[in-house]
Amino acid sequence: MALQSLDIQRRSATTTPQPGARNPVEVAKLIDVTTCIGCKACQVSCSEWNDIRAEVGSNIGVYDNPIDLDAKAWTVMRYSEVEENGKLEWLIRKDGCMHCSDPGCLKSCPSPGAIIQFKNGIVDFHQENCIGCGYCVTGCPFNVPRISKDDGKAYKCSLCSDRVAAGQEPSCVKTCPTGAISFGSKADMKEVAARRIANLKERGYANAGLYDPPGVGGTHVMYVLHHADRPELYAGLPKDPSISPLVGLWKGVAKPLATLALAGVALGSLFHYVVKGPNEISKEIEDEIEKEDAQ
Amino acid sequence: MIRDPKDLQRYTASERANHWVVGICFILLALSGLAFFHPAFFPLSQFFGGPVWARILHPFIGVVLTISFLGLFFRFWKLNRIGAADREWLSRVGEMVNGDDHGMPEQGKYNGGQKVMFWALAVCVLLLFVSGILLWRAYFSFPVDAVRLGAVVHAAAAALMIGFILVHVYAAIWVKGTIRAMWYGTVTRAWAKQHHRGWYRQVTGK
Repeated sequence: MALQSLDIQRRSATTTPQPGARNPVEVAKLIDVTTCIGCKACQVSCSEWNDIRAEVGSNIGVYDNPIDLDAKAWTVMRYSEVEENGKLEWLIRKDGCMHCSDPGCLKSCPSPGAIIQFKNGIVDFHQENCIGCGYCVTGCPFNVPRISKDDGKAYKCSLCSDRVAAGQEPSCVKTCPTGAISFGSKADMKEVAARRIANLKERGYANAGLYDPPGVGGTHVMYVLHHADRPELYAGLPKDPSISPLVGLWKGVAKPLATLALAGVALGSLFHYVVKGPNEISKEIEDEIEKEDAQ
Repeated sequence: MIRDPKDLQRYTASERANHWVVGICFILLALSGLAFFHPAFFPLSQFFGGPVWARILHPFIGVVLTISFLGLFFRFWKLNRIGAADREWLSRVGEMVNGDDHGMPEQGKYNGGQKVMFWALAVCVLLLFVSGILLWRAYFSFPVDAVRLGAVVHAAAAALMIGFILVHVYAAIWVKGTIRAMWYGTVTRAWAKQHHRGWYRQVTGK
């Protein structure tokens, strides 16, 4: 799904620069959790537009359905019942890919061009290049990518890169009946969020705020939360997500260093042979054996 | 090369076959593993019919290597116990590397360097097997923190093992008359007397 109208910022397992002449504006999807009514229209529109349908699961006594993200369910509503200020609060968060500026999936991916970050901020999986190793799952700080049991490829929300390339908003944004999801330039979305947060603060939500975690360089899916000081309340949204240091070690400096070290051992061996010569059997010992045989 | 009937048997046919099963598995694992390790090596995945096949096959080959390595381990571990003579040999390994082995202490079937190699490879295979299971998403599912640790351990142990095997192969090339021991099992008496005098005495009674 490489799209000419989307310029590439970063490409998995690629060590040379991407075309950099054009600099389109960064986009973002803003999900106002405080306006969401949990109707799941976004889930339906996602299925419709992307032509995917998760297997029908079973009811486990909560509204979550499907109960988790899947290769065929790229966004799911997560419902949390919490008690705040002596009242029950029903916190409903639309979960899916956050489109990190510093994507752990892309950093981990060993297959060139299987994960692409566009200059507008969208992180897209190109399944035709996916080898199914699951390293993206290992690298993601939000537990988003899913490996399909049918074809062994990794899938997740594309932020409707095909629609965005044609100048349209993602399908979930188009469908949301309460206007809880907006889409535009990241700068504009921050302004929209700031107005909503000021409004929430007036109404007693002193800790209302924007979720745009700096640990992953910010995200291109942002949340307005009533309790931005405790994002974990929203079905375990991580408070300060970042790429795991283990992933950083595995995919960072260790790779080129180990490659150089192995090249050093191989070349060192070659030049050892050239400098010192082979370790031959000494003439003296060969003579001793010959003498023994002559006896 | 004409073989002398007085040549010494160093490896039996089954030991040699076992070694080469491990060797072939190692080469295939190194090529496919390096392909996933750094983009510079990604084209190596073409040896396996493309990167998806490389990803599918790599863990199965790893299981075959682990099982066949266990065969080598149980055949040879007793001969690789490290003693005082080995420590003496290791402390003077610089002379050996420098190309002067005349003053090196007498060695049995394996010298100190070979014994260290044996145990280092055994530890690498153990680490690679356990961490490899953690990473095998087609059949297993472990907590993501365990998988992340497994990825680091797998990559580190693999890089070390490739380095050790490069040294192992080079040592066999460098010491003339060695590689035939793994092709057809015998070495000359002169080779044994020079490099493994203790073993030479033991098998010839001299």
